Amino acid sequence: MTAAAEELKALTNTVVVDARGTSCPGPILAAKKAVRGVASGAVMEVLATDSGTLKDLPAWAKKMGHEYLGHYEDAGYLRLFMKMK
Amino acid sequence: MESTKKTIIVFSGDFDKVMAAFIIANGAAAMDDEVVMFFTFWGLNAIRKDSPVAAPDKTFVQKMFGAMMPRGPKKLAMSKMNFAGMGPKLMQREMKAQNVMSLPELIETAREQGVKFIACTMSMDVMGLTKEELLDDIEYAGVASYLGEADESNVNLFI
Repeated sequence: MTAAAEELKALTNTVVVDARGTSCPGPILAAKKAVRGVASGAVMEVLATDSGTLKDLPAWAKKMGHEYLGHYEDAGYLRLFMKMK
Repeated sequence: MESTKKTIIVFSGDFDKVMAAFIIANGAAAMDDEVVMFFTFWGLNAIRKDSPVAAPDKTFVQKMFGAMMPRGPKKLAMSKMNFAGMGPKLMQREMKAQNVMSLPELIETAREQGVKFIACTMSMDVMGLTKEELLDDIEYAGVASYLGEADESNVNLFI
């Protein structure tokens, strides 16, 4: 089960990775690039406009062992959340 | 999930097919997979340098091949709707508008991510391509090396 938008909005101190404007495979490349700078247990927030990211980022997180928390839509873009392993 | 290996044979030198190969390679590398790309026959043109390289020892036929084949990712033709080179130009413009990475960018990113490039020496000989004409710091090998890598891989694509 992924978290509801309210729970995600309540998260603070997330590490924001802005992949807006990029298309596949841009968002997962951006997440991969940023992963080193995020502590274990911290939450990474990926901003994306490519709708495929909704499926791709959870698949990436699963493969990499991170916990996908869910997403919500902001003004014209997606905010996706993962808890780093 | 533990990291696994993916092997991709790039046989085609068609712009669109090479794009697909590099998108998959970059995606797999971003998922911590080891990725090995084998470039053979027309696929070798994707990893050609874009400027001519002197190659004095070539036969006449090899020189013809060298002159007629596309030099590098910017010169590749599309498998469909090429329209004498207009097709790839239009597609590249559209991809730029959609913020899709260009083929040279995808190749560069694949290298940065540690994707292993292997050029097939047999097809290099047939087509008269020398090591100097291909990207620097790649490996050169044959079918046994590919099969050895493929044995350890859980996804193998022929593009």
